[in-house]
Formats: sequence, structure tokens, C-alpha cells
Amino acid sequence: MNDVLTPTDASQDVAKVPLKPYGKVLAVTSGKGGVGKTFVSANLAAALAKRGNRVLVLDADLGLANLDVVLNLFPKITLHDVFTGKARLEDAILPAPGGFSVLLAGSGMVEYSRLTPEVRNEFLRVINGLIPHYDVVLLDTGAGISDVVLFAVSLASEVLMVATPEPTSLTDAYATIKVLVGQQQRQTIRVIVNQVTRQGSGQAITHQLQQVLNRFVATDPEHPVHLVHTGDIPVDPEVRQAVMRRQLLMQNTPGCPAGQAIAQLAGKLEKIVIPKPA
Amino acid sequence: MASLTASSLINPHDLQLDDACALLQHDAKNGLQESGESPTDYLQRLIDGLCELSLKDPLTGLGNRRHFHAALERSIETVARSGESVLLLLLDIDHFKSINDTHGHLAGDQVLRVIAGCLASCVRPMDIVARYGGEEFAVIMPNCRPLFGQAVAERIRKSIASLTIPIAPMQNIQATVSIGGAYAPEWVRSTADLWIERADSQLYRAKSDGRNLVKLDQPRELSVSAEEKGLLFSHLIMDEMTPTGNMGIPPHGAPGLPTKRVIA
Repeated sequence: MNDVLTPTDASQDVAKVPLKPYGKVLAVTSGKGGVGKTFVSANLAAALAKRGNRVLVLDADLGLANLDVVLNLFPKITLHDVFTGKARLEDAILPAPGGFSVLLAGSGMVEYSRLTPEVRNEFLRVINGLIPHYDVVLLDTGAGISDVVLFAVSLASEVLMVATPEPTSLTDAYATIKVLVGQQQRQTIRVIVNQVTRQGSGQAITHQLQQVLNRFVATDPEHPVHLVHTGDIPVDPEVRQAVMRRQLLMQNTPGCPAGQAIAQLAGKLEKIVIPKPA
Repeated sequence: MASLTASSLINPHDLQLDDACALLQHDAKNGLQESGESPTDYLQRLIDGLCELSLKDPLTGLGNRRHFHAALERSIETVARSGESVLLLLLDIDHFKSINDTHGHLAGDQVLRVIAGCLASCVRPMDIVARYGGEEFAVIMPNCRPLFGQAVAERIRKSIASLTIPIAPMQNIQATVSIGGAYAPEWVRSTADLWIERADSQLYRAKSDGRNLVKLDQPRELSVSAEEKGLLFSHLIMDEMTPTGNMGIPPHGAPGLPTKRVIA
């Protein structure tokens, strides 16, 4: 198993890497930062792992990664070391508290926040090395729409757009969706509304985003863009507790309303991305 | 016993090559077998000539729409692999219909030819110049850095505007073009349709802003208009006011797509 993960092995395949979205790679993204993107990624990973899946979260926010903060990890070896050839991919993969694996960017990755041919190839090599070993790879992308974020999103089969019911978050989510629609001809974008205060408001927000998109963004009538409301995470004091303690909600209080919502979301996504055995 | 090779089996005289010959002769190329030319060489030359013809616009000598689309698809592959910066320009001759109506279609053809020649001379040999439609041209510029796009397009626009086009003895006219352009999204495999559409919407802007203008798509423009915001937030306000959740019906009637492309 380990030899498949070694850089030398995977690097031979870089030239053959298809640029189509990968089957079980999910990108978790948002317009604006601070909407709980990393919180969702980490807890969703824990919920998927609890259901028996092999899950890895890749810190694809190369510039300003904070998955390590959320998970309270202090990695010795990071993606930065893999990119610079100082470490092998399998050495940089860490077990996270929630029963899943993480690949952390490390602070040195700031210099890779611009997408050069080398960064892109390294990124592809890493993802190709990971895919055979996991049921789901979650890409925790950075906020906004940098080259790196757009590239990471282009590799994913499903995009989860995390937004909160606030004007700034909605504006940024909408702007990001516009770019994705214009650039990548993505037909389905999944919307997850975090910090929802009332039932049904996530659905309504998704509907509203779709209305504005239909009205202002001309898309191919044969392939219209669908925003699919995939889950709401309610406002829950337990979330703040977990974040402040730097612990996973899914470990501490999985039964709280937000925890239940994430577990439900995991079940939904599992059906979507993991093919059932015949 | 003589070995049977493909060339010895095919006798060009047995084939119906008259139409192919005529097409090449019409394009001022020799379509007949030359003395001493082997059957294989002759057929190869004929096929090469036809391939070339199939990609060329007969009036202007530029690439045709088929050539353009093939080149655009190739560019998309290149951009996705290498992240190279490739610019697509769409050009449309301003008020071309009135040139045709006033001076006749032969004059219109002459305008197309002269502008095509000027366009080809404005760009590098590696760039692809094609006649996209009636009075519309397209240029694909590989390795064109975002900083240079505006300058190159401006140069094309000015060169064409400064042309004096002879359409009859002692009669010259001038013509201008509107130019819209868009870069392929770096590293991302886009589609030809989306790319053309982005350039086309810039061309539309150049037309509606007064013609004889260059408009380039700003890569990754994150603009959300006040109108869009209004519609986005209308739900939030209603949601705050109403005791139960609603489905966020916009306050201003049903949504519809804005109508595009009305200016010629």
C-alpha cells in the first residue's frame, strides 16, 4: 500500500492525469471566509468516517490554512514538505481525532498560493496518490476565488458551497457561483446553509440564489445550472463550545441539533458519491 | 514477381477526380497529375489541397469557421494543461449592412477582403485568424499575457479604422470594427461555447457603448450589481418579518433571462 503513495511512483503518471473531475473528490468552498467552511469539512469528515468510510480532508487553502487550528493538531510533516520533496505523501497524512485522515498544508504553503505549473502538477500528483486509498476526499478550499481555489474545485465531482444567511455571505457565494458557472460549466452546485435560525430558511436561501442566477446569469438553456439545497446546519451553542475548545462537534456532542444536521448531511452525501456495491 | 504496393494498385485515371481537380484549379492550384509524379504523390497532393481548402474561407483567404473551432478546441486543451494565457478576440465590422446597402455587395466583399488582410498583418504568425461569420472575424492569440491583450486589440482596431478601402475607381470608403475579447480561464478545462459567449458579450458591450471600441472580459470579475443584491436580499428581509419561513418569492415578478444580441 505504501509504495503506491510514494512520490516517485505517482509522478510518472502526472502526464496522464485526466483533468476531469474525480469521482469521489468533494470540494467544500464558500465565497466569504468565516462561514464555517473548515468546521463543516472537519465535522462532515468525522460523520462520514463514523458511517464506515475512509475519509481524508485535504487542506487545499494553501495560503491561509486553518484546519490544523480547528483540529488542534501540530503536524511535523505537512503538504509543504511533500511539495518540496522533503517528505513522502504517506508521511504527511495524519490521523485526525474524528477517525479520518488529514493532509495539512503547513504554514510554508503561503509561497504556493499562486498556481504555477509546478504547484498544479504537485497538487494533481497528491490527489492521484490519495484517491485509491479513500472513499471520500474532501478538499477544504480557501475562501474566495483564487487560482488555487478554482483549480481545486475543478478537480471535484461535487461542490459544496457553504453560506450563512447573511447579506455578505450570500453576495460572495453568489459571486463565486457565477465564476464557477462561467468558467467550468458546472451544472450542479450543492448549497449548505450554516447557522440557520429557522427551519426551511436554508431551502429558501438556495431558492433565492437560484432565482437571481436564472435572472442575471445567462446559461446554456440545454444545461441549466441547478443549485441543490443539500443541508442546513442550525445555529447551536454547542458549535461555539466545540470551536473554542478546538474539538470536533461530532465527537463531543453528536446528538446536538447541529451535530444531527451534519450526520444527516453525511448520509445524503454518502448516497451521492459512494457507489453502492453491486 | 513484382511486389504489390498500394501505389501500384491505384491508378488515378480510374478514380473520379474531376471535381477535386476542378476545386483545386479554381483555387489557382494545379489539380492535374504532373509528368513524372507518382500516383501516390499525386493523390497525397490532391488530398492535402482539399484539406487546405476545407479550412479556408474562399473570399478572404482566412481560416473558416471549421478551422476556427478546431483551433479553439486545441487551445482549450493547451490552457487546461499548461495554464498558458490565451486570448480570444471577436471582431464585427460596424454598420456593415449599410455598406452593402449603399455601395453594393461587391463593395462589401472588398471591405471584407481588405479588413481580413489588415487583420492578418496585425498579428503574429502563430495567431489564428478566421472569418467567423458574415462580417465577423475571430482571432485566437496563444501566449498573450493579460497585460498585452488590450494593447494588441487596440492596435487592430486603430489599424482597421485608418484603412482607406478602394471600392470603385476614385471611390474609397472607411470602416471600423468593434472588438470583444476574453481569456480562457487558466488551468481549467472550459468549453468553446462558454469562451465564445464571454468574448461575444464583450463584443456586445463594444457595440452598445458606441462601436469602434475594444472591450475585454476582465478575468474573474467579482461584480455583483445592486439589482442582483436587491433580489438576493429580498428574501432575508421577508424572512425576518414573516413569522413562518417562506419560499422567497422575488418582489418584482417572474425572473427572465435578459435578451442578448440585438445590435448589429
